[in-house]
Amino acid sequence: MAEDALRQRRSRNLALAGLLVAFVALIFVITIVRLSLLP
Amino acid sequence: MTSAEFAGRVQPGTAGVADYWALLKPRVMSLVVFTGFAGLWLAPGRLHPVLAFVAILCIAVGAGAAGAINMWYDRDIDAVMTRTRGRPLPMGRIRPGEALGFGTVLAFAAVILMGLAVNPVAAGLLAFAIGFYVFVYTMWLKRRTPQNIVIGGAAGAFPPVIGWAAVTGDVGLPSLVLFALVLFWTPPHFWALALYRAGDYARAGVPMLPVVAGADETRRQMILYTLALWPLALAPHFLGLAGPIYLGAAVLLSAAFTAMAFAVGRAKTDRMAKRMFAFSIVYLFLLFALLIADRIPPASVG
Repeated sequence: MAEDALRQRRSRNLALAGLLVAFVALIFVITIVRLSLLP
Repeated sequence: MTSAEFAGRVQPGTAGVADYWALLKPRVMSLVVFTGFAGLWLAPGRLHPVLAFVAILCIAVGAGAAGAINMWYDRDIDAVMTRTRGRPLPMGRIRPGEALGFGTVLAFAAVILMGLAVNPVAAGLLAFAIGFYVFVYTMWLKRRTPQNIVIGGAAGAFPPVIGWAAVTGDVGLPSLVLFALVLFWTPPHFWALALYRAGDYARAGVPMLPVVAGADETRRQMILYTLALWPLALAPHFLGLAGPIYLGAAVLLSAAFTAMAFAVGRAKTDRMAKRMFAFSIVYLFLLFALLIADRIPPASVG
């Protein structure tokens, strides 16, 4: 049971880290697109 | 399963990624994304594909956030209803505070990102839609009146308007017609479900129309709403949003939807109500799919 909980927590943390990286990447892309759209 | 047996299945602190995903109500989210995309696709103007993607992402995350906050607030009645008692909160896999925090952070993130990346009008509409779903529908109307989903349906009708505003920075008449279409579609859709889940709603003390006014009155109202949908389903053609193929298909689909509502009124069986519920999803999906198909290539993306 404790092992299960540890595995669950690890997968959740990995997913959170992935989301954060994706979010930061998205902000980068948005910034580049918006800057390139400027007159 | 008895309540005691059910309580025995509760698994504290075992939330996985799938539980957080379930908190976002992915099935509701998919329809919201689709109608939001239609609004964006049909709108006149130009939007960079990356920003169009961000707009749809924000609509999806905003809808999911509203769903998570709804599950936080409704965790007491979700535990009583058969349909919802397997959700992460009643099962104890996610703690109430975690669900509320998760939903709130996502809601703010979606609105802020929409405002910074797309435009403030789309962000304002998204914020309003989330607030409407959480405060007006979930907290105020749902447990108080059988008109809960009639008024609360407005929250689910916002996505095409938000998609439209993402492109134009404004709210146009065609987007309001799409809003009205989803608004008037919601009661017959939801009441079909409520007809065969009336016992569940009664046990939870939610005053859905079949619980308060009875099944016959609900079936009558469903017919009235499917009739009211006719002009709204045909309007996109007359507003220049879609051509004759859409018009023909909208007539056929509306005729089928109305016929099904009459069939529900005659048959008075759960089986027919379930068919009506399933068809209501097909009906809305096909109408919006036809609107999108009629506009290939789109007016807005690029």
